[in-house]
Amino acid sequence: MHKRAFIKVLSGTLAAAVLATGPVSAQDPTKVAFVYVGPVGDHGWTYRHDVGRKAVEAEFGDKVETTYVESVAEGADAERVIRNLASKGNDLVFTTSFGYMNPTAKVAKQFPDVKFEHATGYKQAANLATYSARFYEGRAVIGTIAGHMTKSGIIGYIGSFPIPEVVRGINAFTIAMRKVRPDAQVKVVWVNSWYDPGKEGDAAKALIDQGADIIAQHTDSPAPLQVAEQRGVYAFGQASDMRAFAPKAQLTAIVDEWNYYYVDRTRAVMEGTWQSQDVWLGLKEGMVEIAPYGDAVPEDVRAAADSVKQAIIDGSLHPFQGPIANQAGEVVVAEGETVSDKDLLGMNWYVEGVQGELPK
Amino acid sequence: MSLEILVATILTIITAATPLVFAATGELITEKAGVLNLGVEGMMLTGAVTGFATVFFIDNAVLACLAAMAAGMLTALIFAFLVLGLQASQVATGLALTIFGIGLSALLGQNMVGIAYAGLPKLYIPFVSDLPVLGPLLFNHDALVYLSLALPLAVAWFLYRTRAGLILRAVGDSHDAAHAIGYPVIAIRYMATLFGGAMAGLAGAYLSLSYSPMWVENMSAGRGWIALALVVFGTWRPWRVFLGAYLFGGITILQLHAQAFGIAVASQFMSMLPYIATIVVLVLISRDPTRIRLNAPACIGKPFHPAA
Repeated sequence: MHKRAFIKVLSGTLAAAVLATGPVSAQDPTKVAFVYVGPVGDHGWTYRHDVGRKAVEAEFGDKVETTYVESVAEGADAERVIRNLASKGNDLVFTTSFGYMNPTAKVAKQFPDVKFEHATGYKQAANLATYSARFYEGRAVIGTIAGHMTKSGIIGYIGSFPIPEVVRGINAFTIAMRKVRPDAQVKVVWVNSWYDPGKEGDAAKALIDQGADIIAQHTDSPAPLQVAEQRGVYAFGQASDMRAFAPKAQLTAIVDEWNYYYVDRTRAVMEGTWQSQDVWLGLKEGMVEIAPYGDAVPEDVRAAADSVKQAIIDGSLHPFQGPIANQAGEVVVAEGETVSDKDLLGMNWYVEGVQGELPK
Repeated sequence: MSLEILVATILTIITAATPLVFAATGELITEKAGVLNLGVEGMMLTGAVTGFATVFFIDNAVLACLAAMAAGMLTALIFAFLVLGLQASQVATGLALTIFGIGLSALLGQNMVGIAYAGLPKLYIPFVSDLPVLGPLLFNHDALVYLSLALPLAVAWFLYRTRAGLILRAVGDSHDAAHAIGYPVIAIRYMATLFGGAMAGLAGAYLSLSYSPMWVENMSAGRGWIALALVVFGTWRPWRVFLGAYLFGGITILQLHAQAFGIAVASQFMSMLPYIATIVVLVLISRDPTRIRLNAPACIGKPFHPAA
């Protein structure tokens, strides 16, 4: 009896204390944490998220306190890291890789007062929002450029893991490329890693050896661009502008732009207006950007790429607009139709023009 | 497969295997002296960042390689001091060294991310390097590749043909006996560990100066662990370790080519193959005690307390 009463009093006091600190906490810095899959110095995916984190700091100054944990393996270890961040009083936790989905959802359930934001996933909760970028829109733009620029008609594409996100990119790229050059083919090589500069470079070499004269990638290091530069072929930067590594070879790059989103969502937490949501933003909202064109891209190609980009922004073009044929040549998306977001999110088949079999 | 693709594939295999050869052969010497240094990955990264920094500030490839070796040795010295001087657990210290190396190299390299380097110069021999097939295959590599070919030869000669090599093996097989005869066990282990560090540093330099000439964090991406596995895979014999490095390099590259050809390979399976192979070898050799006795250093990982 006594014990129970004591606990009641204690919890009452705690609640009062929490209530009491409520209004005051506006003065305390809002704590925002980030979990990264790679090192911040990868010059790609993680690097861009960290640029976003710094934008949050720049915007709010000492009203925020940001932390990050880098190179967190997807899976069990991630759960430990996320829980640790949640229990350390962070108000908002961004987990920035697909593989953090289940750990984030699990920890979110245990910490209902902490807001979570998971990138590229599909599990939401009252305190767990998801956000992603329509990178495939950018891929349609670079696919257009590839169609114009390839001579051999073979494009090498370095994939990380055969998940819908990556397959969607390959398909968007291929569709746009074949609108310009109907006989061009995409060769895909999977390296089973988001980040292994050596292996990514080796994959680029293998693809170039087999006739590819343009390299596209969905892995995070600039190594493939560097190989392209050495071998005198073209390539596209991934996640950030990688021109420094390939001044001649980089035609352009798809740039991830998280700054506005991270600033907006942090502000929402500060103002108490944060709500769970599921957003998927693209070229129009500025979450996906196209880096300045390389010198090798001629005027007419720039114009073609710009018009594709503009058409996607104003909605007159959808990168997955029918007719779209699968690898067997059967039209699976009829003329006038577009692939729904739901189908895009689960995409597990190649369009016509992609060589090889999709690993299952 | 056309001849050109074949040549190109072999060239890529050589570049993929070279860092493994350096790191694994260095670790082989360390282990032969009875020291298990699991910090290869950390030493590689320290070497990689130091080599890249040297080339960036001084622009001298030879100095860069030497600096990378020195950095690897320095990291190995920390390890050696802890496990040989202070008798700390080799396994725990080695793991800590890897984590330390990853962090330290990231810190040192902070301002060097995003800088490009053209890569080590290839040794070009007029006429010979221009020969079809043989030219690119044999006579158009950078100096480190040739060094990596000479290294197993030198190490095998040292271990099995010299008195110093015999002493090193004796220290690794029975430190008490070696001590009783009067050999400085600790000093020899220090040297073997430092050699391992130097080679890991050189492996790192190959990564950041030739394989993918740039500095990005954690760029070794697990190659230090593969090197460790290779030492076991090669059952502590220099040439088998060398062959293992080429085998693993070869499998990695061939599966990339196979994919580009459109041949379905389970690339996930290929990625874990080195580790599976190591486990298989471990199982095989542990079933055959004579084989272990012949090659595996009996005192590996054991601390040495000199009898008072």
